[in-house]
Amino acid sequence: MSLLELANLRGGYGPVRVLHDIDLVVEEGHVAVVLGANGAGKTTTLRAISGLIHAQGDVVFDGRSILGRSPDAVAKLGIAHVPQGRGTFTDLTVEENLRVGAVNRTDGEVKSDLDRWYSVFPRLADRRHQEAGSMSGGEQQMLALARAMMARPRLLLLDEPSLGLAPLVTRELFAQLGDLNHNHGLTVLVVEQNANLALDIGHWGYVLEAGRIAVQGAAHELHDDEAVRKAYLGF
Amino acid sequence: MQLFIEQVLNGIGNGVVYGSVALALVLIFRTTGILNFAQGEMALFSTYITWKLASESDGFGLPIVAAIGISMAIAFIAGAAIERVLIRPVEQARSPLNVVIVTLGLFLGLNSVAQLIFGTDPQLMPSPFPDGNVELFSSGGDAVVVSKATIGLVLVLLAECLLLWFLLQRTKLGLKLRAVASNPDSARLHGIKAGTMLMLGWAMAAAIGALAGSLVASQRTGFDGSLMQIIIVYAFAAAALGGFDSLIGAVVAGVVVGIADALTIQYVDPLEGIEVVVPLGLIFVVLIILPNGLFGRRTVERV
Repeated sequence: MSLLELANLRGGYGPVRVLHDIDLVVEEGHVAVVLGANGAGKTTTLRAISGLIHAQGDVVFDGRSILGRSPDAVAKLGIAHVPQGRGTFTDLTVEENLRVGAVNRTDGEVKSDLDRWYSVFPRLADRRHQEAGSMSGGEQQMLALARAMMARPRLLLLDEPSLGLAPLVTRELFAQLGDLNHNHGLTVLVVEQNANLALDIGHWGYVLEAGRIAVQGAAHELHDDEAVRKAYLGF
Repeated sequence: MQLFIEQVLNGIGNGVVYGSVALALVLIFRTTGILNFAQGEMALFSTYITWKLASESDGFGLPIVAAIGISMAIAFIAGAAIERVLIRPVEQARSPLNVVIVTLGLFLGLNSVAQLIFGTDPQLMPSPFPDGNVELFSSGGDAVVVSKATIGLVLVLLAECLLLWFLLQRTKLGLKLRAVASNPDSARLHGIKAGTMLMLGWAMAAAIGALAGSLVASQRTGFDGSLMQIIIVYAFAAAALGGFDSLIGAVVAGVVVGIADALTIQYVDPLEGIEVVVPLGLIFVVLIILPNGLFGRRTVERV
């Protein structure tokens, strides 16, 4: 069953239209990958889903149309969005950052979730009382992932998690992401330039070009399709 | 010695007022990232409302504690309205200068409107504290006394500071407020209504200002439209000295400024107005040595 469905999604910034009729589906329990060059509209697509920009067309989440809702309302439906730049609350401590992730939860299990994510990301546990802004880019990306998970989201939107990270750190991050999907059934829509790593953990892939979907297909097929790789993915 | 101690106590009494207004400045700065130049005049306006509610001869003659409470509630609502109606539209422009200009305009406008409505004659604010002095101790026949009003003022404003600290550091609402101050877009993506938090920050700061203004006016033999003008300068100085993001720092620095001020008046008398220069000079020296203030966190930011 599809958890998220974009239909004829159009939008942009002011008079500049970035997205032209995007149709995209994310199946529950899957990792969907959106690839494309700079300026293709990847980030804009995510921003339209979370209500950070105005868009036309339709965004259906779990059978409900959510287009036009404010970002905080979209978040409360169970969509966690890790934006580019990681959304770190730099002057809050690591633990406070994680608590912000759970700020709308009313169940009594926040503490046990904290322990859980500390065991998944031991480096965050070491730095729990440190200001989040003092951590390295890789650590902040781990924090962003853990903070998003603290909301117990049904859908995770990830915007270029590899940006600014060392290759080894990126690899570790995608391994974690694959693990979250595989073992915890987390549904993910990830936007990436690092096609190789993203397609490795993905189920379905889309290639965006100038605000339109140019190609789509099963992740392993896109990965192995020489023509697609040469034309769009550059490896 | 007795004179020295009395001046220090005197300075503490004034200092908690500076600290309290600095607290309001820091609160708005921490929740919205804005320096609110109108803080003092917002407090002045609320002080006049308190006076109008409490005054036997010119107003409604309510008990002073009730008048302060109502005035704080009005200030709370007005503070939220100011954020929503005046600040937010210009904040969208993304230039911090626009907001500075609006708060400066508010500073001038509120002062004028207050004098237009309430007049320019000095007015008398009833005190919520009992009259009289308390003898702290006596050294060799010289008794050191402090007024009950000063003790009351210190206790009320310290309680207020602790309450705020608790709210910001230990509650979920405080976490939301700080998250919005730190990164509003990211806070929205975590389901926090950023606009509501910003309004709340202004509302609380306005209420704190109402309390501080009403209490300081009650200590004076009369107050007029210039009540907050020196206080706001010292409050900004205290906020800078305290590090601008620290509530405790604002109060401690306020007291330091108050003591420096009182001792200067006592011991460095020959020049008129020298008491304004000495505390500010002191702050200048401290900030050169500690650019983040006494309590400000050193910001180490990596990208």
